[in-house]
Amino acid sequence: MTVSAARALRDNVTCFVGIGLPSVAANLARATHAPGLVLIYESGTIGAKPDRLPLSIGDGILAETADAVVSVPEIFNYWLQPGRVDVGFLGAAQIDKFGNINTTVVGGDYAAPKTRLPGSGGAPEIAASCREVIVVVRQTLRSFVQRVDFVTSVGYGSGPGTRQRLGLTGAGPLKIITDLGVLEPDPATQEFVLTGLYPGVCVADARERTGWDLAAAAELHTVDPPSAAELTALRGFTATASAKD
Amino acid sequence: MSNDDDCTQWTPAGEDMAEIVSLAEAVALAVRDGDTVAMEGFTHLIPFAAGHEVIRQGRRGLTLIRMTPDLIYDQLIGAGCARKLVFSWGGNPGVGSLHRFRDAVEHSWPGPLELEEHSHAGMANRYVAGASGLPFGVLRGYSGTGLMDSAQSSASVRPIACPFTGEILTAVSALNPDVAIIHAQRADTSGNVQFWGITGVQKEAVLAAKRSIVTVEEVVPHLDPRPDGVVLPSWTVSYVAAVPGGSRPSYALGYYDRDNDYYLAWDPIARDRDAFRRWLDTDIYGKPAPPPAPAPRRG
Repeated sequence: MTVSAARALRDNVTCFVGIGLPSVAANLARATHAPGLVLIYESGTIGAKPDRLPLSIGDGILAETADAVVSVPEIFNYWLQPGRVDVGFLGAAQIDKFGNINTTVVGGDYAAPKTRLPGSGGAPEIAASCREVIVVVRQTLRSFVQRVDFVTSVGYGSGPGTRQRLGLTGAGPLKIITDLGVLEPDPATQEFVLTGLYPGVCVADARERTGWDLAAAAELHTVDPPSAAELTALRGFTATASAKD
Repeated sequence: MSNDDDCTQWTPAGEDMAEIVSLAEAVALAVRDGDTVAMEGFTHLIPFAAGHEVIRQGRRGLTLIRMTPDLIYDQLIGAGCARKLVFSWGGNPGVGSLHRFRDAVEHSWPGPLELEEHSHAGMANRYVAGASGLPFGVLRGYSGTGLMDSAQSSASVRPIACPFTGEILTAVSALNPDVAIIHAQRADTSGNVQFWGITGVQKEAVLAAKRSIVTVEEVVPHLDPRPDGVVLPSWTVSYVAAVPGGSRPSYALGYYDRDNDYYLAWDPIARDRDAFRRWLDTDIYGKPAPPPAPAPRRG
């Protein structure tokens, strides 16, 4: 999943990165096929070039290796909001067929939730304003739901026309990368459909772990397994991370 | 202290200069029951020692404001200091949940916690508005999200039409805390404050607040200019307290790194109410406040 997410990042683009899997994937991309990838963290570090995985978005290595360090109001107002960032990389606790994301509350109601999640952070504006968004999330019946319990970050809302009506300037989520494969929005309906699978995974596996009636593209591609170079780079990162822990 | 004279261009003599006091004095003087308190530091320079002193002095009924509540607010919430939380992301960074925060929201323990929830961009603009003396900030944001209509935040988020184009944008109300508390690398003996690295929203929080406390790694006779540094002149700060290590277990660039083991070890402590109570007894109530400021290093 991490390797697949890394591959989704082209070289020489700017990428707004959250901590966790998106950060691992973005750093892996920079270490392999995308050395010119510009990593932007919401802590205000632009063009960070860490040689190990940062422990948090505020890790000193990000500030020390960045092209520029700006304040938090500036990173959101000057850099994210006007659409200067090509790709936003987001995780999700719940996601629906239109790519709407919940990271706020699950179950119950807002005031008395069954599970209180961390909340939105920078995600709503990343989802709104990055030119495109990639979501990385494990595919399970708990995460791939018919309807999200709370809309923290808007994907395609209720379908075609929603983003324009809401004034969201970015294109929205173009890929959901999971531990089973890849989903992309159908151009006509904006519903996410299965377009790729990892070797050994079948459509039925993916449907079994999806809370909506998941369609599969007519031509499904098989995602290439990780290359030796990708695995070496990934293990290098993981080793430094656990040494630090 | 002849070096003091070098700073007079931005520390006009007067009653508005920061007082250099001990941390216990600063908290006693600046933080009152029922206050709205913003402790900022965006994963760097988190004012942990000051937060612990607020717990130790037993403040109650606080409205706590912070973009990333983090362990410091998990501790304050669990200790019963907070009535309300204004925030945008409440997790243990790189580790997982804030269990004291969750216990308060999900089970009202140790008491109910009112929430006013925003996005990071919204919170940042609320501080900017507060620092700017404006009643609200404007951004493209919240549109189509649940944050726009969740009952608690709707009083501080509203759609607004651009007076020039008619475009609908989002207004967020200004934050003007009673007290802002931050940690910085250095202050000089006149109370001018300097910090660098990831500087977050600390400048905005202090300028937006009625009173402020800045804890610092060290008080030096004279601040060396740093091109990447933020300076808060003495007359914008109420109290400065020298607290070396005051942002541990987070980090202070140039002084120490984040203690990641602490963040991992916090998870099992915070998951269990009894373990948390034991932590409070030994690590907070069982320990004295940091001692008064050591004498400044001679330049």
